[in-house]
Amino acid sequence: MRPPLRPLAESEAFLRVAAPAAAGLAMLTAWEAICRHYHVPSYLLPTPSAIVATFVEDAPTLLRALMMTMRVALTAFACAVMIGTLIAFVFVQSRMAERAFLPYAVVLQVTPIVAIAPLIIILVKDTQTALVLCATIIALFPIIANTTLGLRSVDHGLVNLFTLNKANRLQTLVRLRIPSALPYFFGGLRISSGLALIGAVVAEFVAGTGGRSAGLAYEILQSGFQLAIPRMFAALFLITAAGILLFVVMSALSRLVLGEWHESESAPEV
Amino acid sequence: MEHVAPRSIGTAEPVAVRRATGEPVVEMLSAGKVFANGTRALDPIDLTVRERELVSLIGPSGCGKSTLLKLVAGLLEPTDGRIVWWRGDYARVGEAGRRLSFVFQDPTLMPWSRVEANVRLPLDLAGMARAEARRRVERALELVGLADARRDYPRQLSGGMRMRVSIARALVTEPNLLLMDEPFGALDEFTRNRLDGDLVTLWWGRPLSVIFVTHSIYEAVFLSTRIVVMAARPGRVFAGMTIDEPHPRDPSFRTSQRFAQLCRELSGLLTDASLASAP
Repeated sequence: MRPPLRPLAESEAFLRVAAPAAAGLAMLTAWEAICRHYHVPSYLLPTPSAIVATFVEDAPTLLRALMMTMRVALTAFACAVMIGTLIAFVFVQSRMAERAFLPYAVVLQVTPIVAIAPLIIILVKDTQTALVLCATIIALFPIIANTTLGLRSVDHGLVNLFTLNKANRLQTLVRLRIPSALPYFFGGLRISSGLALIGAVVAEFVAGTGGRSAGLAYEILQSGFQLAIPRMFAALFLITAAGILLFVVMSALSRLVLGEWHESESAPEV
Repeated sequence: MEHVAPRSIGTAEPVAVRRATGEPVVEMLSAGKVFANGTRALDPIDLTVRERELVSLIGPSGCGKSTLLKLVAGLLEPTDGRIVWWRGDYARVGEAGRRLSFVFQDPTLMPWSRVEANVRLPLDLAGMARAEARRRVERALELVGLADARRDYPRQLSGGMRMRVSIARALVTEPNLLLMDEPFGALDEFTRNRLDGDLVTLWWGRPLSVIFVTHSIYEAVFLSTRIVVMAARPGRVFAGMTIDEPHPRDPSFRTSQRFAQLCRELSGLLTDASLASAP
């Protein structure tokens, strides 16, 4: 049995896409109109059409730069997930380890990456490694914090149930602690993936145009020197798009794994 | 009045057992509990539950009902006295004929597992073979009337159904002693009455002893062969009451004169227990 057809404008799914799209289109049109009307020079504020034109023209360079930045961000993200999860497991197994090392994880978190990056870039010879290191440092903390919290946030009744059934440590970890931690872990992934990208871009900025890296930040710096402002915007939008893509992929992954059972990922069934 | 056990007001004496003459399943021998922060949760208590008894614990909040249940489950260690299970120590609990299950106040299901996996958990933890485990799970789900829901996730079920899953999980190990901590407290009265009826049927059909914590006078009278009334500050046994209405009891018992009379009786005992619990 099919539900009766409703007007498209009433459909929740349609509105969710259409409303922001319409708003965006309106803003872009206004931008274009204002720039043209007041003859704003393109080295101050280029029109959207000029940005699109530049993007099409410089696509090979820009996309190669995007690949470079993404490679740094994704490598750093992978490192952060592995190291962060490992540290979280150690923290959960030993209160002593947590007491000893958590303050340093916090120190790492609160120190601005821009302030540490120059040091790292001096200390680490290989620029690529230095960039990955910077991005990893900034992406690490949410994984540690969320996974530790998740592994600890186990329903007390279930712990009692496992105790009553004489479950050993490994059984409790695999069957209880890890599944309990998954929603928190995925929350951490979502934050951390965005931070890895930010870390990569910031590190590229600090490494500057002197280095051998040629990521998006490098393109932005170069474009600034050459007053190629439309290219600057094009690179900026690529970074934003990459960030959105990471977020969407992480959300989809979370839904894929948790969708069937976790409240946060599924609409209530009526 | 001859069917009611004599009141033993304000004492920690063993509560009179009349009908139950089976082997003791669990014996609390002056067992009490003081928490690490110095709070006395339970005065030393002598209490014996025998084979095929269905004993309800009832009393004002803070009277140590849940603590008593956790002591019996081995989740807490007594700080006074000791507890004996099937005339042996706790290490042997879990062997054939000495199995113990706990039904918590909440359903306490794993939200990431389907109903069948939730029910199978105790068997998985014990390393039982797949085929045998599957047979047992099916039987347990049929007992609680949830055979059709075995592929569902807990969040797809109503509160009453979740509680049934929890009971199926407790039954799947074929326990000899079932401990229930206000299992139906969060349910509406209709569902609660139905589950009470199911519980009585389940219990009657097998060699099972039950210790049932409740706040409800009606539930205690309907279910129990014996009721232990507790008082608070400190938690202690206040009085005992035997309900010698023959089992299995059907819903008509709820509307009988006898039921009303027993409830009045128990209500009086509870009022006394509350007065004796005043801070």
